[in-house]
Amino acid sequence: MSQTTPPDSPAFPLKRTCPFAPPPAYDRLRAEEPVSRVRLPDGGAAWLVTRYDDVRTVLSSPAFSADGTRPGFPKLIPGQAQILKRPPFIRMDPPQHSFYRRMLIQEFTLKRVKAMRPGIQAAVDRLLDDLLAQSPPADLVEAFALPVPSLVICQLLGVPYADHAFFQSRSRIAVSGSSTAEQFATALGELRAYMDGLITRKQQEPGDDLLSKLVAEQLEPAGELGREELLMMCLMLLNAGHETTANMIALGTAALLEHPDQLAALREDPELLPDAVEELLRYLSIADVVTTRIAAEDTALSGTPIRAGAGVIALLAAADWDPAVFSDPERLDLRRGNRHHVAFGYGVHQCLGQNLARLELEIAFSALFARIPTLRLAVPADELPYKHGGLLYGVHELPVTW
Amino acid sequence: MRITADTDVCISAGMCALTAPQVFDQGDEDGLVRVLLPEPPEELREAAAQAVRLCPSGALGIR
Repeated sequence: MSQTTPPDSPAFPLKRTCPFAPPPAYDRLRAEEPVSRVRLPDGGAAWLVTRYDDVRTVLSSPAFSADGTRPGFPKLIPGQAQILKRPPFIRMDPPQHSFYRRMLIQEFTLKRVKAMRPGIQAAVDRLLDDLLAQSPPADLVEAFALPVPSLVICQLLGVPYADHAFFQSRSRIAVSGSSTAEQFATALGELRAYMDGLITRKQQEPGDDLLSKLVAEQLEPAGELGREELLMMCLMLLNAGHETTANMIALGTAALLEHPDQLAALREDPELLPDAVEELLRYLSIADVVTTRIAAEDTALSGTPIRAGAGVIALLAAADWDPAVFSDPERLDLRRGNRHHVAFGYGVHQCLGQNLARLELEIAFSALFARIPTLRLAVPADELPYKHGGLLYGVHELPVTW
Repeated sequence: MRITADTDVCISAGMCALTAPQVFDQGDEDGLVRVLLPEPPEELREAAAQAVRLCPSGALGIR
C-alpha cells in the first residue's frame, strides 16, 4: 500500500523562478534527496525522481508500470482521473502497449518522416509568407508555432485542418493544469464526438491518410481494434502531434532570442541545426512531468525503498539538467552535441513521433530565423505568459516584432 | 565488434538509424531495426557503439 507522506512534503508541481530553467528545487533534490515524496494536487502522493540514471531506470525497468488503470497511478491534473479510466496505449504496459504501437510505427520511421520534408517546408514557407504580409507585432504561437505541427499531423492523420480552431481549443483544455474536471469532461466529449464522426467519414470515403488506413485495416470486424480504441488512439495522436511540438517551437524561439550568441552561432553555421535542436530539446524538456509511473513490485532507487503501488514521477527536465551527465547544464550550448537527453522519454514508451518532431523543429527554426532576421520579442522574456502547472511547459502567447 | 539486434524488443524509435545510418536501418513495413553492417569497419564503430547506448528499448547489443 501507499507509503506515508511527511506532512511537510513539498506540493507538486514545484515552482519555476527562471522561465527557461526547471524549478530550482530540482537541483537541491537531485543533490540531497534524489528520490523524495511530494503531495499531488488531488491529495495523493508520489515519489519524485530527479537523477538521470534513476529516471532512465524508472522509464525502462519492468519494476515500474505505465498502466494508468492501476489504483494509485499519479494524477497531476484534474482531467487525468477521467482519461486514466480507459487510457490511451501510452499509459499501458507491454504486451498491450506493443500491440498498439506496432500498428503505427511504420508511419513514423526515419524514411517516412524524411519523405515529409517537402510538405512541411511548404507549410512553413506559406505560414511565414502570411506572417510577413502582416505588420508587426504578431503572436508567434497563433501565427506559426501552433499551425506548423497542426498542419502536419492533420495531413498525416487525415483530419481536416479547417477544423483546427475546434480541436486546438479542446486539446489545450485537456493538457492544462487550470482546467476543472468538468471542463475536461466536456472537451473530451466534444473531441470524441468529432473523431467518431471522422471515423464514419473515413469508412464511407477513405483517403490516403493514416486514419483511413487504420479504419480499413485495424477496425473490427476486419481488424482487431474496437471503435472506442481506435478513437482514443487517434485523439492521442492528434493531441500529441501538435501540443508538444508547438510548445517547443514557441519556447525554443524565445530561448534562442534570449541567447543571441547561440542564435548567431546557428546563423553562421547552418550545419549546427540538428545539434541545436537536440540541445533545445534537452534544455527546455517541455514534457518534464508527463512520464508518470507506478511501482509494480517492491523495489528501490538510489537506496530509497519504493513499495509496490507507489506512484512515481520521473522528471525529464531534472534528468536533462543532471550535472553528472551534462556539464554546466544551465548553459544553452548548441554545440554540446548530445543526443542522450531524455526529452522524448526513454524505454519502450519513448516518443513515437520523435523523428517527425526533430524534422519539424529543424525546418521551423531554420526558416523562421532566415526569413525574419530581425525577429525579436515584443515583451521582456520574464513577462511572457508561461504554462505553469500543466502537463506540457511552454508559452500561451509569444508576442514578437521585426 | 559484432552488433546484435532483437527485433522482438525493438520499438522503432529510430535512434540507431539516426545515429549510425550506415550501420542501421528500419524495415519499410514494420519499422523494426535492420543491421546493415553487423561487423562495422573501424571508422563506423564509434557511431555504432553510440547508437547501441542510445537505444531506448535495449534491443541492441555489442558482442
